[in-house]
Amino acid sequence: MSVYAARGTVGVMQVKLLPQNQMLTFPGSMIVSVLLKKLDLLPESVMVIRGTRLLTEEERVQADDEIEIRSVISGGV
Amino acid sequence: MKCTRCRERAELALRSHNAAFCRACFLIYFNRQVERTIRQDKMFTPDERILVAVSGGKDSLALWDILIEQGYQTEGFYLALGIGTYSSQSQQKAEAFAKKRQVKLRIVQLEQEAVPVPLAAQFTRRMPCAACGTMKRHFFDQAAHDGGFQVLATGHNLDDEAARLLGNVLYWQTEYLARQKAVLEPSHPKFVRKVRPLYRLSELETAAYAFFRGIDYIIEECPNSAGATQLFYKDILNRIDAKMPGSKRNFVQKFMHSAQSLFARPEDSPPRECEKCGMPSYAPVCSFCNLVSEVERKHEHAQSTSKAEADSSKQTGQAEQPHLDETH
Repeated sequence: MSVYAARGTVGVMQVKLLPQNQMLTFPGSMIVSVLLKKLDLLPESVMVIRGTRLLTEEERVQADDEIEIRSVISGGV
Repeated sequence: MKCTRCRERAELALRSHNAAFCRACFLIYFNRQVERTIRQDKMFTPDERILVAVSGGKDSLALWDILIEQGYQTEGFYLALGIGTYSSQSQQKAEAFAKKRQVKLRIVQLEQEAVPVPLAAQFTRRMPCAACGTMKRHFFDQAAHDGGFQVLATGHNLDDEAARLLGNVLYWQTEYLARQKAVLEPSHPKFVRKVRPLYRLSELETAAYAFFRGIDYIIEECPNSAGATQLFYKDILNRIDAKMPGSKRNFVQKFMHSAQSLFARPEDSPPRECEKCGMPSYAPVCSFCNLVSEVERKHEHAQSTSKAEADSSKQTGQAEQPHLDETH
């Protein structure tokens, strides 16, 4: 998993992972599918949320965006 | 990406359907899927009373929500498992849901009625999830019977069924395959029909439904589920589905509609009633009562042992006291 700190004038994207409650930052903007690949997450296993909307894999998340990536997988046994 | 139905901006892509939906069209799609499942699998009718087993998670609350929306007669049932803050938070979510929609929620506290799951796991060789399953089956059945319901509905989704099917096939658990059905008819007058109306909808779909409907569900996972085999199976199935979209759906639906009947067995003689609790059981004492007795027996033994050790060390301390005094 790559985690970058803010550098220079490049904006920083804040990513909150749930249920781990882990905060990550990424520089610049990128496509959702690229972000998920960086985090080794399958699109079918998470919801990518910006504000009150869900984002599809093709959408671009911007620097300065606050993104929540919420796992949808649950279960025991 | 545009919505397959209305060409508005999509919020959710469903690879297995080769489709994408905006919020409004997804809710229509989800509603129709549940409606069709209930009708095609002959799960229940509007005249029947349905007890919905709720955990405070996305699946069970999404199920309860859509059944209320579709006008069915429902009540919720929450079993407080006694798993620390996870249980108290999930209970709060279930209670808040019921209050907001003004529907009845029945609550049973395991600590009062039997033994909490952590204690059951501590004093038996069972995994917490196995003890939890035994408790849930017993109290769900009992609540449905005592409340005079005709149907017990649970929020099992496509991923749950796929993971269960993979596990059953890997070990060729033919007895379990014979019972892996979306509708389980009662084999005893004290049982009710058990149904799984979300079994055709993936975990992503139920989560998106809950999100779009503003359902406040517990996002945290049960602390006992870490490393659970079912989560491993789900991950494997999602990896296969990412390469071959639709394979997970196909795996479950083809099994349910074509292969499941091949594992059907001649009906066993119907269960009798447990000597202790009176609920249906194939053995003289049911697995729930056996579990509770075992935990209570071992718990009592552990308590008496630790009390005896404490008394013994106290006596030893008293005996040593004069010696200590003498040294001064």
